[in-house]
Formats: sequence, structure tokens, C-alpha cells
Amino acid sequence: MAREVAESCIDSINLELVHTYSMRLHPTKPELAARRVEAIGFQVGLQLAERYTKERPRFGDHLEAIKFICKDFWAEVFKKQIDNLKTNHRGVFVLQDNRFRWLTRFSLDAPTSGNGSSSGEPNPANAARASQAAGQYLYFPCGLIRGALTNLGVPCAVSAEVSALPACSFIVRIKG
Amino acid sequence: MPPNSRPGDAVFANVERVNAELFTLTYGAIVRQLLTDFEEVDEVNKQLDTMGYNIGIRLIDDFLAKANITRCSDFRETAETIVKVGFKMFLGVTGTVTNWNAEGTECSLILDDNPLVDFVELPETCQGLYYCNMLCGVIRGALEMVSMRTEVKFVKDVLRGDEAFEIRLKLLEQVPEEYPYKDDD
Repeated sequence: MAREVAESCIDSINLELVHTYSMRLHPTKPELAARRVEAIGFQVGLQLAERYTKERPRFGDHLEAIKFICKDFWAEVFKKQIDNLKTNHRGVFVLQDNRFRWLTRFSLDAPTSGNGSSSGEPNPANAARASQAAGQYLYFPCGLIRGALTNLGVPCAVSAEVSALPACSFIVRIKG
Repeated sequence: MPPNSRPGDAVFANVERVNAELFTLTYGAIVRQLLTDFEEVDEVNKQLDTMGYNIGIRLIDDFLAKANITRCSDFRETAETIVKVGFKMFLGVTGTVTNWNAEGTECSLILDDNPLVDFVELPETCQGLYYCNMLCGVIRGALEMVSMRTEVKFVKDVLRGDEAFEIRLKLLEQVPEEYPYKDDD
């Protein structure tokens, strides 16, 4: 059986990675911090995809590669598959994970100002807050996806959106 | 299985576990990025230690909640607990404690096996790098939260050509716990 470590090792190192780059090394340059964290994710995604596809023939097209990410890759890394895949058939794919593993321990404080809605309801204000707060923790998985797809021959840009924790969507835009 | 034999195994079996690959590769990518960001290898060693420390001060809670052990009666027990329970329940590997000094305040922790270094080779340009230095910070941070100030550093490193991973653990100060309530007279 493949070697295992406690999942808390991954959680700890992910959290500390973000804190190190966003708060210690580049506290006044959030975009630079984001690029560094994303770059680390990219490196890991590249290497993981390499390992996971060693025995396989090359993918026929971009859609097959994306599906691989949604099923096999996601299952290896996050122990589940992507819940929903959408595309506009013009090079944009939206990968939706309704219970993204690395956000499940993340929670927002309920808004104190009375606007009548609880923090669990999906309204635009809460979505914006959720996206912003969770955002820096999603650079690494965005990089992971971009690295994996790049290794599979799909150059792309990847971003993430959170509407209601712990669900999030990864948006893949194919380049070229 | 007799009670208290290999307690780390039981804990490890009960925690959520993941493929070590993701962890190994993430750690490696962090080291690689730090080497790019900081030109001095010594600075990278320090950054790894600081990251480890920040992890350790939180990880201790996780450890205490899951390990189900009684309070260590002395530093010897502390060291044994680190290698037999701590390393096992997080990294899935055990170690041994050797080379105690006469006062029982300094020892070596030997790692049998080390998931951080799977498939890792250091290039010539990384002379002086303690690749696994984050581990030292983790131990130091965790122990500080249970009132022990320590010095933790690698003295032998397989990636640098030695035959084992050896961490020298030194107790600097035991800060006695202060009870918040006065004893009744």
C-alpha cells in the first residue's frame, strides 16, 4: 500500500504556506503572495499528474484531460470526485466541488450587523465575504489544477470562486 | 496486543490519513520556492524552522486531543513520546532516542524513515541546507506550548550523506506551570 501520513499534516502545511507568504513574507503585496503560493501548487500539480498518468496513453483532447482531473486526479488528492462539470464549449470549464475538503474546516463569523439573513444563506453579500476570506487558501489548489493540466498538455489559467462554504468552483480557461 | 505497546500505531490507525505523496511533493515545492526567494541557504533553513514552529504551536493541541497519553513525568518520557507517538501519528514513522547526556536534558532523536525525503536528491548548489528543518521547528513549537523551551537541530542528515536523520534535542528551560488559583489555606 502506498505510504500515508495524517491528513492534519496536509492541513497544517497548507495553512502555514498561506500564512508565510501572505502575512510574513509579502504582507503588503497580496498579489505577489498569491503568485508564489500558486506557483508552489503548480509544481505539485505537475508532479502529481506525471505520477498518476505514467501508465496511461496520452489524452485525446482537452475534455478528456479535464475529465481526468474531475475524476481520477480529484479522487487521489481529495478522496472524492468533482460534483459538477460545466463548459461553454468555447474553452471555459467550471469544476464544482460541493464540499471542498480543504475548506471544510473553514468557517466565517456570522455577520453582526442585522441585515436579516443568517450566514448560511447564499446571498451575494455572504458570497463576496466567503470568496474573499477563503480566496487566499484557494491559490494552492488553483495552482495544483493548472500544474496538472499543463502536464497533460492543456495550457490554461485557473481561478476559484466560493459562493457558500464549503462549496467552491474552479474555473479553467484554456489558453491558445 | 499488550496495552501501551506501540501506542502510536493505534492513534495513526484512527486518524484521517492521506497519500503521503501530496505531502512530500508539497513540502518539496515549498523548499524549492524558498530557495528561489532567498539566496542564502541559511535563510531558507531559518524560514523552514519558523514555519515548523508556527505549525508546532497549533499541532500540539491536535496531538494532545488524539494521542490519549498521560502527562510525561520527565524529559526522557517526553523524548520517547515524540518519536514513538508523535512521529507515528502524523508521519506514520517511528524513531528511537539515544545519546542521552548525564543530566537527562539532551538526547538524539533518530528517524528510522522519513516521508519528507521520498524521491528527494539535493543538488550541489544546496550545500548547507537542512531540508527537513521544518521538523525541528515543529518539535520546538509543540514543546514550548507544554512549557519546555528547547533547542532542536539536525546533526545528521541522509540527504547530506550521513547514514541517518539525527535530531539533537536539548532542554533549555522547563517553565513551571502557574496555577491560576491560590491554594486554600
